[in-house]
Amino acid sequence: MPNDIKNKILQKPFSRRALLKGGALGLASLALPVGNADASIWEAFFQKHFKEMNDDEIQAVIKRMEKEYGEEYGLNFNIKNTKPLPGTLFGYGLDVSRCIGCRRCVYACVKENNQSMQPQIQWITVLRFKKGEKWVSSLEESEVYYAPPEVPEEGHFYMPVQCQQCENPPCVKVCPTQATWKERDGIIVIDYNWCIGCRYCMAACPYGARHFNWGKPNRAKQEYNAETHYLGNRPRYKGVVEKCTFCIQRTRENPGRYPACVEICPVGARKFGNLLDPDSEIRYCIENKRVFRLKEDLNTSPKFYYFFAT
Amino acid sequence: MQKTHTALFLTLFVFFLLPKVSSARNEIPEFFVSPPPFSEGIFPCSNYHKDMEANTNRRELSYHEDIKLKHFEGWCFDCHNPNDRDKLRLASGKVIPFTESYYLCGQCHGDIFRDWKAGVHGRRTGQWNGKKEYRLCVSCHWPHEPRFRPLEPLPPPVNPEDNKYKKVTPDQIPLNPLNNISDKLR
Repeated sequence: MPNDIKNKILQKPFSRRALLKGGALGLASLALPVGNADASIWEAFFQKHFKEMNDDEIQAVIKRMEKEYGEEYGLNFNIKNTKPLPGTLFGYGLDVSRCIGCRRCVYACVKENNQSMQPQIQWITVLRFKKGEKWVSSLEESEVYYAPPEVPEEGHFYMPVQCQQCENPPCVKVCPTQATWKERDGIIVIDYNWCIGCRYCMAACPYGARHFNWGKPNRAKQEYNAETHYLGNRPRYKGVVEKCTFCIQRTRENPGRYPACVEICPVGARKFGNLLDPDSEIRYCIENKRVFRLKEDLNTSPKFYYFFAT
Repeated sequence: MQKTHTALFLTLFVFFLLPKVSSARNEIPEFFVSPPPFSEGIFPCSNYHKDMEANTNRRELSYHEDIKLKHFEGWCFDCHNPNDRDKLRLASGKVIPFTESYYLCGQCHGDIFRDWKAGVHGRRTGQWNGKKEYRLCVSCHWPHEPRFRPLEPLPPPVNPEDNKYKKVTPDQIPLNPLNNISDKLR
């Protein structure tokens, strides 16, 4: 090759690296919502991680969200950011010997927590087992779609499963964006604005407690619950994961109400309280009843205690 | 010497240990208890029973024929008070109002009475760290036939297979089936 041509090639205007860098930046800039002039979209795009924001920044985010939700749903949403109560570690008790499988809890939860009705998302799944068959070790063999005229059915028993609020939560470990974490009062929460929908947490959860919004959540407008918490029941987006939060918007108050599923249970099988309070109902159950936790061998250490009162 | 020791121990026991044992979750909590679920117009019973003389013989009743006792081998005056029909009567002879009927149930079901007082038996509403709302035993168990009555279950979840690619318009979004059931069964 003649020397002058060779020199021309070597003196090329862009190095290979610069070209790749520039190209990547250019492509990335296409992903930015440049065409959309709405300021709130920019703000949402550059929103910081929830734990890195101070109270003022969180309030600004909440204000923006209330406006967005208001425009979308035609309702005045109130989004709280109540902090964990000091000296509180929430625990839940479920009396397997009393549950009759009526599914009132499932729909009270849906009513309270703004889940999508179409496509359907429910945070509580009631499992039905035949008496005398293998159960705790093989949840897959249970029946979920049972629909008899009346419950309880002869020869069966029921076990509702929802988020077990593990002390050692596998879902939190796998989240690549740290969009889900354990709060000081023991509740595992999700920031729906940081969830990227990879569903690793769903694969990691041994209880099937997490649910994915495959489509845009739909719900009749009049059925929305406008009293919400940022980390709880505020309306979700398509492509994010959601789960039970022990009704964080109700319970994280002083005085705070019982979760919706506890209040509705017609047989009183559901118990809720502070594990650090020796006089609480949940402590009475643990101290006086036969108690077990689901899939204890996995070392997830749930704060959801199944017990037998009789 | 030994006598002094025994006396000292007894004093200690009476003053320090006994109160601890007796106070532990034994009292009736001072929480709101819902009123007894009387059939409409049936209370006060003295409206009808005022001029009737109490017949304490066991017999088939000509009134209250809807009540078939499926509870224990007893009859009306094991719980109802023949001298004052607006009250109930314990086995000890103590007369209690209908609003405190849990004492009556607790005579036989002591273990459940204990759990109920601790808040573990029965439905509970209110605040987990504040005012709690208890229900009377008879709010859920009809005392003459106390077995909990079966309920109609709410619909099962949709099988994802049946729901694939289904698009709906806003008026086709299903409503919460909880709205269709009466308050009592909620």
